[in-house]
Amino acid sequence: MEQIFFFVFAAIALVAGVLLVAFRNPVYSALSLVAAFFALAGLFVLLNAYFLAAVQIIVYAGAIMVLFLFVIMLLNLGHAGALERVAGKYRRVAVVLLAAVLVAQLGFMAGRHWAGTPVSDEAPLFTDNVNAIGKLLYTRYLFPFEVVSLILLVALIGVMVMVKRDRGGGESRSR
Amino acid sequence: MLTVVILIILFPLAGAAVNGLFGHRLREASGYIGAAAVGLSCVLSLRVLLWVAGGGELNENVYTWIAAGSFKAAVGFQVDALSTIMIVTVTAISFLIHIYSFGYMRNDPGFARFFAYLNLFVFSMLVLVLANNYLLMFVGWEGVGLCSYLLIGFWYERKSASDAGKKAFIVNRIGDFGFLLGIFLMVSYLGTVQYTEVFAKAPLLLSTGVATAIALLLFVGACGKSAQFPLYVWLPDAMEGPTPVSSLIHAATMVTAGVYMVARSNVLYTLSPAAGTVVAWVGIATALLAATIALVNTDIKRVLAYSTVSQLGYMFVGVGVGAYTAGIFHLFTHAFFKGLMFLAAGSVMHAMQDELDMRKMGGLLGKMRVTGVTFWVGALAIAGIPPLAGFWSKDEILVSAYRSGNVAIWALGVAGAVLTAFYMFRLIFMTFHGQPRDRHLYEHAHESPYNMTAPLVSLALGSALVGFVGVPPGHGWIDAFLSDTAGAAHHPASGGLSGGMLVGISILAGLLGIGFAYRMHRAGRLGAASSNALHGLLVRKWYVDEIYHAVVVRPIHRLSQALARVLDAMVVDGIVNGLGLLVKGSGWVVTRFQSGNAPTYALWMVIGVVAVLYYVSGN
Amino acid sequence: MAVPVTYYLILSAMLFAIGVTGVLIRRNAIVIFMCIELMLNAVNLLFVTMARYMGSGSGQVFVFFVMAVSAAEVAVGLAIIIALYRNRQTLDVGEVNLLKW
Repeated sequence: MEQIFFFVFAAIALVAGVLLVAFRNPVYSALSLVAAFFALAGLFVLLNAYFLAAVQIIVYAGAIMVLFLFVIMLLNLGHAGALERVAGKYRRVAVVLLAAVLVAQLGFMAGRHWAGTPVSDEAPLFTDNVNAIGKLLYTRYLFPFEVVSLILLVALIGVMVMVKRDRGGGESRSR
Repeated sequence: MLTVVILIILFPLAGAAVNGLFGHRLREASGYIGAAAVGLSCVLSLRVLLWVAGGGELNENVYTWIAAGSFKAAVGFQVDALSTIMIVTVTAISFLIHIYSFGYMRNDPGFARFFAYLNLFVFSMLVLVLANNYLLMFVGWEGVGLCSYLLIGFWYERKSASDAGKKAFIVNRIGDFGFLLGIFLMVSYLGTVQYTEVFAKAPLLLSTGVATAIALLLFVGACGKSAQFPLYVWLPDAMEGPTPVSSLIHAATMVTAGVYMVARSNVLYTLSPAAGTVVAWVGIATALLAATIALVNTDIKRVLAYSTVSQLGYMFVGVGVGAYTAGIFHLFTHAFFKGLMFLAAGSVMHAMQDELDMRKMGGLLGKMRVTGVTFWVGALAIAGIPPLAGFWSKDEILVSAYRSGNVAIWALGVAGAVLTAFYMFRLIFMTFHGQPRDRHLYEHAHESPYNMTAPLVSLALGSALVGFVGVPPGHGWIDAFLSDTAGAAHHPASGGLSGGMLVGISILAGLLGIGFAYRMHRAGRLGAASSNALHGLLVRKWYVDEIYHAVVVRPIHRLSQALARVLDAMVVDGIVNGLGLLVKGSGWVVTRFQSGNAPTYALWMVIGVVAVLYYVSGN
Repeated sequence: MAVPVTYYLILSAMLFAIGVTGVLIRRNAIVIFMCIELMLNAVNLLFVTMARYMGSGSGQVFVFFVMAVSAAEVAVGLAIIIALYRNRQTLDVGEVNLLKW
């Protein structure tokens, strides 16, 4: 049962990933990425990470992808004229081969270390997953947590500074 | 007392720094600063002299200069009888010459620069004589060499002057090379350069062969600095410098550094009688060679220069036969009378509008009483006429040579004394007596100002009187004073001629020379051209310069040119151009990567990651 | 039936490699950016897998941090893309060769 779910979700994720790369239209790419995120959320559930599965859907599939689509629309990249040129043929072949080598290497290493080991089949790690993560966040990882909040604040301010149009006269605008 | 010693050294340095840095603003004042700095040193040196005469002695390290493994070299000073005699001589003569320079260098655009160099010289010389180890001595040694170079080429816009400076520097380099090798040998065998340790260990650790090697290498250095055969050629050319410089550096002080060094290293020379013999023979050969050249030269300063070389030869005879005290004594008296004669010659030049050729002078005594009389005093002193200073010291050297068994050297020394008296009085008769040969110059001649004549008088008094520190011969104050440090080897008067007879012969030699000069003067043959072959040989200075040119200079020139054509053009340029091409080529290759295209960079990064993973997974 | 760890790891590696491929062959800055997100998620999957395998909560906390940082990164990155588009009227990274002097 678990294996079936795994293969289904894995297949969705892989296909969505390939489509993400293959689509010429950025809107389609974005939608396939959403699909990949959903599949990953399903895998998180299989791994008993319920909280993260929820966050994955809310933050990634929800907030972040909406932001992407919003920018795509804003810049009006969906129309046919905005279709990008892709890299040359040789380069594409080379990159795919390189990716294959990468997978082979990582797979080889994984296989050597964990061949056949099942993901722990004991009782679910946390009966109360959200509770456990919350505890960890506010005890052991309190400092990184605060740092992350600071990063978000900095990003917030940085984005506003960067995107704000300079209204104080055209001269100071770059170009 | 250490503070006093350091102050003695630092005053001239401070003077040099002030004059060197602010000289262009100070103008006249730079002379006062320079003279005051040396004057203070002089006063303090006399204070040290009193202290040392009262039994004081000092040997202290101030600062560890080099510490490498077990080898240590310090900046340290040794004050004993030997160094005290030297600092007193140096500072006293320097002070008088500074005063003289006021008058002599007035109106020279390089007035401040001159005093800066002169002070720097005094500083270096004091370091040289006060150092308590060979390495620091070498620092002073190089310092005086540098100052000598700067001052010979002081009027650098004159090509002959800058050439003479270079000649002095290069010839000195050869000597310094020997000196350095000697120090290296000392370090490798004894592991130290400090005098006290070297002299304590040398008799225990050195075989006679090694001791001879060290002593001879040090003597090579002394030959360069003190203008001994075959490295004497720079000194006559050094007369291109201002006369006070010739007087101070190239007569009274710097050129005696070699004698000082040999006397300082007397333990090493005692260990190696062979080295001592070499020193004595080189000394006497130089003394005769230079004296013969001086017989015919007509340039007033060059005659004095050759005379200096000759007298330095006598000093080396003294230290070579083991009579270190006699050598230092002669150094001491020579500083006075030779300094005096140079200054007097400068005074003559001053009066004769920088004319150096004695054939245009004559009869100047009437116009320049002070200069003439003081020159007479100096000449009598160098000719060895009692009771002037030169008599006592030169006699002591000759007696020591005789007593040490080197009768041949003694005989040659006496012959040299005849020559010395002759060329000196030839100079006097040609310059101060007889009829003026150049009416025009004679009319304009005048006595020099007081600040030039005062040092002349002081030095003349010195030349007349300082000899008495060595009276009675062999047992005077200076012998007792130096007996500890310079370890005078006393040879008992056994057999042969008695002391009185030796002295008598010396005096006779001097009188003979003077008488001969007088006869030729009366006959009007002084300075006359001669077709005599020997005369010609002497005028060309035994062709030594020509021989050097043919044997050393020309082959080196040829070799350099050949090297320039082959080695430089092909090997060196080839390497340089090849490197250039290599860099250019590799730059071309690397720029292929620097496309500025971010995806390409990312691609290379991933290739790198794959490569690293391959390496990691392999392990 | 339990799923072996290896499966998850290989899946993660494949997703990562797909992301790399996208970054290297696409020229649209936004798409490249999305591919980077996919790579980040591949790593997240690895973290969660190992957290499960080792029975530790820390892995999940790290994923949480990764998500937060990537949210910040997306915000900043998209702002850069907008600024870039405003100045150059293109998102083709091949055209943007500011790194070359």
